[in-house]
Amino acid sequence: MSKIYSVILVYSTSYALKIEKILQEAGIGHYLIPVPRHLSSDCGVCVRISQSDRKRSEALLQSAQVETEGFYDI
Amino acid sequence: MHIDEQLIYLDNAATSWPKPISVGAAMLRFLTEMGANPGRSGHRMALEAARIVYETRESVARLFNAPDPLGVIFGANVTEALNLAIHGYLRPGDHVITTSMEHNSMMRPLRAMERNGLELTVVKCSAEGYLPPEDVAAAIRPNTVILAVNHASNVVGTITPVADIGEIARQYGLLLLLDTAQSAGAFPIDMQADRIDLLAFTGHKSLYGSMGTGGLIVGPRVDLERFTPLKQGGTGSRSELEDHPGFLPDLGESGTPNGVGIAGLKAGIQWILQQGLDTIRSHETTLTQQLLDGLLGIPGVTVYGSLYADFQTPTVSFNIDDQSPSEVGLRLDEEFGILCRVGLHCAPAAHKTLGTFPAGTVRFSLGAMNTREDVRAAISAVRQLSQKNNMLHFSRKHFTAKDQP
Repeated sequence: MSKIYSVILVYSTSYALKIEKILQEAGIGHYLIPVPRHLSSDCGVCVRISQSDRKRSEALLQSAQVETEGFYDI
Repeated sequence: MHIDEQLIYLDNAATSWPKPISVGAAMLRFLTEMGANPGRSGHRMALEAARIVYETRESVARLFNAPDPLGVIFGANVTEALNLAIHGYLRPGDHVITTSMEHNSMMRPLRAMERNGLELTVVKCSAEGYLPPEDVAAAIRPNTVILAVNHASNVVGTITPVADIGEIARQYGLLLLLDTAQSAGAFPIDMQADRIDLLAFTGHKSLYGSMGTGGLIVGPRVDLERFTPLKQGGTGSRSELEDHPGFLPDLGESGTPNGVGIAGLKAGIQWILQQGLDTIRSHETTLTQQLLDGLLGIPGVTVYGSLYADFQTPTVSFNIDDQSPSEVGLRLDEEFGILCRVGLHCAPAAHKTLGTFPAGTVRFSLGAMNTREDVRAAISAVRQLSQKNNMLHFSRKHFTAKDQP
């Protein structure tokens, strides 16, 4: 299956919600999902975005100084 | 007990009452419509609950101009927040400067740490409760770490010159820990402009939330490596690790939060922003001046503090002649339906500074919901009590022992 999504792994749900707000304001489609088990053993949530929005999202979060645990294509 | 409309509530410095209707509604809504565990599970109801908690962090950050909502650590009250800052950040051998107007929520954790090797300087405030900033600067030592001060006295409402203290902190590279129990929501606070590094707040006073809410806002100059949380436990994050996470806000938040209370706090802050903090402040200042002027006009009544509403929160302390504050408080309650707080107000240091230790004072503390009529009734009640007191003295002089029953 071709990779169509990216996920943003975060330290905690609070970070996910902060990212959610930033993406919402920028009009970037997103969805909070449980962290895929193969990426991390953390049992929390992460932010799923469309792969086509990955670069823009990375830039947005960098300028907003939001720390993440990384972007992964799934 | 049935609370009817006859009661006049003047105990807002202890907790505000009544709360805006929207606060209770928000709490009920959280409990009944989204009562899942915020930040734990990832299902929609848990996320909705977590959003409420996060949005409350945003509201708190906006109100105090905090740099980052993630720096807002929620807790049970301002006492817990001050304990987190003091026990979590300070080490034996550190030096802390505090003031002689502190509440025990600041003083007791500092005194406890002092017994374990913390160096503590208590800067003496004036008899009106003013903190002289130059005395704070003069007390700085090479090992001074934190300036720990209240923003407003819970006894007489006197405001601390935060901007001046923040400037001293900036000059000497110290952290400023501010106790905003009496000022948050009642007085403008700008964490960045006033260079506040650790801001302790409570949700149930002039933020109009419920009891069991409050927190500590941690600014970017605070060294998180040095910060040891008072409690370790589940945070919903980094669950694979058996060590507690070191990032904000999870560092200071273990266990399921008071989601219902936090939802109410959000509604309380929204209510303040809707009314306008300036509008509330101006309303309370007008009532405070009316109260001060009224009390000062009664013979035999001594009023403490600045005596100028502009320089204080709406909290006024007084005594009637030599009547004991507890007696006055009881009669205000029973004879006039006026509810207030008497005694030492958990602030023995402040009362020593004001010269009212150990008997204490009668304290009227106003809030946004009070009216000019409330204040008029309170002044009239104090006048009557003071007159009764005079008559009692008069009559006693004319009775001999055999006349006593």
